[in-house]
This record gives sequence, structure tokens and C-alpha cells, in this order.
Amino acid sequence: MSTQDFRVARSTRVHRYVLIVSVIVVAVLASFPFWAEVAFLRTMVTFFTLLALAQMWNLLGGYAGLISVGQQAYIGLGAYGLWLLADVLHIHPFVAVILAGSLAVLVALVFAPLLFRLRGGYFAIGTWVVAEVVRLIVSNIQAAGGGSGKTIISAARLPIDTRINGTYLLALGVAVGSILLVYFLLRSRLGLALTAIRDNELAAQSSGVNVWRSKLYVYLISAFGCGIVGAVVAMNLLRIQPAAAFSINWTAYALFIVVIGGFGTIEGPIIGTIIYFTLLQNLSQYGTTYLLLLGVIAVVMATKAPRGIWGFVVKRWDIHLFPVRRRLVLEEPSEPGGPAASTSGPVAEAS
Amino acid sequence: MDWANVAIQGVLLGGLYALFATGLALVFGVMRMVNLAHGDLGILAAFVTLFLVQSLHMGLWWSGILTVVIMFVVGYLLQRGLLNFTLSSDDTRPIVVTFGLSIIIQNGLILWFSADSQGLDAGKIENISIRITDKLSIGWFPLLVFITSIVVVALLQTFLNRTKLGRAFRATSDDREAAELMGINNRHIYGLAMAIALAIVALAGILLAIRTTFDPTQGSFRLIYAFEAVIMGGMGSIWGTLIGGIVLGVSQTLGSQAFGSGWGLLVGHLVFLTVLAVRPSGFFAKTVTA
Repeated sequence: MSTQDFRVARSTRVHRYVLIVSVIVVAVLASFPFWAEVAFLRTMVTFFTLLALAQMWNLLGGYAGLISVGQQAYIGLGAYGLWLLADVLHIHPFVAVILAGSLAVLVALVFAPLLFRLRGGYFAIGTWVVAEVVRLIVSNIQAAGGGSGKTIISAARLPIDTRINGTYLLALGVAVGSILLVYFLLRSRLGLALTAIRDNELAAQSSGVNVWRSKLYVYLISAFGCGIVGAVVAMNLLRIQPAAAFSINWTAYALFIVVIGGFGTIEGPIIGTIIYFTLLQNLSQYGTTYLLLLGVIAVVMATKAPRGIWGFVVKRWDIHLFPVRRRLVLEEPSEPGGPAASTSGPVAEAS
Repeated sequence: MDWANVAIQGVLLGGLYALFATGLALVFGVMRMVNLAHGDLGILAAFVTLFLVQSLHMGLWWSGILTVVIMFVVGYLLQRGLLNFTLSSDDTRPIVVTFGLSIIIQNGLILWFSADSQGLDAGKIENISIRITDKLSIGWFPLLVFITSIVVVALLQTFLNRTKLGRAFRATSDDREAAELMGINNRHIYGLAMAIALAIVALAGILLAIRTTFDPTQGSFRLIYAFEAVIMGGMGSIWGTLIGGIVLGVSQTLGSQAFGSGWGLLVGHLVFLTVLAVRPSGFFAKTVTA
């Protein structure tokens, strides 16, 4: 054997199966409105919105290294955006849900340049200040219901089947959309720039990555996603209130889900949401104890297993459901006339 | 005259904010770590004092002193037992862990003490004030808090500048590897820094609890105000933090006076954001962020 051949690969055969299974799962989920009960559909809306929220939080924290404890600013803005667009401007609620995301982006555009002057932990608290500012402004606007909030009348007036099924499909769309968004984003130039920034900002900058702009894009995308999540939540509850819409608990949930599932992976938030949701169904009556438990698990995981459950799976079995990494695959030197067979696993990985 | 009164209240309030902020700034200065549970630990101290007073029937002042000592020990153990393990090249972990701690403390306090507002009664001193003119008077207690914060800042500054241990703090802050090579045990220094930070924030929490009512969810707001004071003052400058706290306090009280009580906090935040936009390194920046 002289020199070994290698090729750079992203997809493997596993990914074809993953794709097929994913399509089937989504198709089954999309069929739920035809046969499932209303209560179940509403529960699933909560599941999907949490999944999308976790993906958006992970996009910031896990991929761009921007830990935010203030994404509730955009959740709340999305919820209030739905009210503004649907009830005040009389846009159809389902359309308003999508537009509500844009409203969040506009506000994010104002705050982002300020926040990017802060780093690490101080950036985190800065995002919290932004969430407080938005909450205080909204609570002080009497037309928006002040501290006691509003009912989304236009959504409540929709025929109940249309509303429940429509909200369910929107939520499913948001969840699937958030996964696809992160997936394609990571495969793009921006994705490469982001992981470079996360691993070493200085090195990324000196390699020609526009750090500031990359962070801005990802911050805006996350705001957009969170805005839509907030709007879907409001559609589901039909009621908005500053204390709940801008609650820090949104961040607590997202952080817990991502930390337990796996930081900086697409699979992590999916697993984390399933675990979180199972716990929620069984323990939510304990309220405070439940949150306390989440805190303990987050601390233990972050210190003992910072890569989360999916990190453990990857380390143990080297499985990647979503091909976002480029991997070096060694190949046998091709025999004359014989096919080149890939043998050993990856020797090196570039995120 | 009313406005002058309000402004003075703001200055005094700012002293309390600075007291909350000092520990946050110290910890960041020494180990480049932001403790998101900082405010909650201050509120925790207030509840510890409340427990000592109510359940063990200790006097308020002794309870307060004991609480400060307890929090000093808690700080050292917390740093060496948990937080030191999160300090690595990856700077997201301390944020996640301290945010988790914040959730644990808040909900633990709600479980133990309920979510109700509580108060610590210090007796007469809470109600007496110095009358300067008919409309201008300064409460003794807020003044005492303000003086305390100045004394604490001065002591901390002297400690950092004049003592051998303070020099070790500064050395670790400047270059942790080089400090280690010179025989400084960084892990011990980090432990001491957190211990001092928590002792100061405990004092702040207890004074806050005497000054006004408090409840388990207050910690988040204390953290945010402390952070604003640190950033406005300029990182690395302890006296700057005091000025930052005062600017924040005055903005809040004047804002409430001008636009009504609902807007005071918002005006405080907006002043902070303005400072961040116009002078991102703060009033008296000394060090550059890591």
C-alpha cells in the first residue's frame, strides 16, 4: 500500500434511510387532524412549539456560541404580533402567524448591534435586558391590554375545527421548518462560518469570516423562528399576557431541552424535547418542584455530560442522522478494474 | 425641590445597586465568568437571614453577620466544588450552569418560603430621616446603605491594591497561566473571589430586604440591575461600578417621577442601552473583555 486515497463525504447510506423514515413520520403526524382528538392535537402543538424553540435557541447557543437568556423577547413579540396583525389590522390569523415572525426580526434588528457589543455571559444578560425592555413597553401600552393582556378575538371566531387543525398543522410546519432551516443553514457557507466562530472567533475572523454579519444573520433567524413560535402558542391559547409571553421560563425550557439532548446538534433538541415533554406530562402538576428538577438536571448535565445524550450516542456509535459535517473517508487504493470500496470509518472530521 | 428629593433617592438607591454589582464585577474580573445566579444568591441570603430571625429567633444584626459568613463559605465551596469545573476554553458552560443554579435557587425558595413577599424588620432606623428643608429629607437607612456601599467598594479596592492576596487576584486576572507559574493556586483564588463576591451580595440582599419587601423571583431583576451598573461603570473599575449603580438608580427614580411609576424601570434600561450605544466600554473602563 502506497498512499491511501480518501474522499470528502457528507451523506452516507444511513442518511437515505433517515430521509425516508422522516418523510413517513411527518406524513403520519400531518394526518393526525383527521383522526386524533382535539385535546391531543393541542398537546402536540405544545410539543412542536417547544421543539422549534429549542432548535432556534440551539442555533444561537450551540452553533454560534451566543447564549441567549432573552429569546422570550421574540416569543412575546410574536404572540403580540399575532394580535396586532390579526385583531387590529384584520389579516387572516394563519397568515398573521407567519408575518408575526417578521415583526420579531424588525425588533431584533434594532437591538442586535447593541447586544453584539457584549460577549459571553454579559451578552446573555444583555438579551435578558432586551426582553425586559420589550415586556415593560408592551405592559405599559394600554391599547394592547396593559398587564392583563388580550384575547385573540379573530382567532377565537374561526370555526373550531379550522382553528384547531390549522394551528396543529402550523405548529407541525414550524417544527419541521425549524429543523430544515437549521439543517440547510449549517450546510451553507454561513453554517461553516458559524461553527468556525464558535470554535475560535479570532481564528475565524483572520480567515476572512465576517464575524459580526454572521452573528447578525443567525440572531435575526432565531428571532424570526421564536416570533413564529410565539404566534403559534398564542393561536393555541387564544390569550396573550405580558408576564407569560415574556416569561424567562421559555429560556429555561429551551436551555434544558438543548442541554439534556445535546448542544450544537440537530438531533439533540429533538431528543431533549421528547424527554422534556415526557417529564412535563408526568410532573407538571408539581410546578415548582418540576422547574427545580429541570435546574438540577441542567446543572448536572452541563458539568458531567456537556455534549448531552446525543453527544453520548455520537461518541459511542458514531451515528449522525443529519449530514451536516464533512467527513474524510479512507478508501482502498483502487485495484485495476476493481471498484473502489470504502473501508474504514472517518479518520477526521471537520464540523 | 421635589425633583431634587427624587434624585437624591435615586443616588441612594444606586448605592444598593452598586453593592449588588460589586461581586458580579469582581468574579468577572478575576475569572472572566459571569454568574447568572448572582442576584438569586443575594436574595437567598435575605431568606437565610429571615429564617434565622423567624425560626431561630436570633437578633437581626447577628443574623445578618452570620448570613454573610455563611455565604462566604457557600461561595468558596460553590466555586471549588462546582463552578471551577465549568471553567475551560468553552465559555458557554458557566453560563448554562449558573442559569441552572438560578432556576434551582428561585424555585427552591418558592418551595420553602412560598412566593409571597417578605420583609425584614430593623425597627426604628427604617423610619427616621434627616430633614434638610421642608420638602427635602434623607432617610437614615437608605443613607446607611449608601455609606455601606462606599465603604465596601473602598475596602475591596484597598484589598486588591494593597494586600498580597489582592495582588494574587490581579495577577490571576491579568494572566492565569503566568500567575500559576508564579506559584499562585488559581483554583483557590477563584474560590476566594466567589466567597468575597457572595459575602458582599449577601450584605446587599439583607440591606435590600430591610429597605423593601422581597420575594424569591427578585433575584433576576437584581442581576439585571447589577449587570447594567457594571457595564455602564466600565469593566474592571470598581469605583466605576458605583457610579454606574448611581446613574441607574437616578434614571429609575427620575423616570418614575416624570412618566409615572410604570415607566421608571424602563427609563433605567433605556439609559443603559444608550450608554451601551454611545460609550460601550462604560464610563471608566480599565480592562478589556476576554
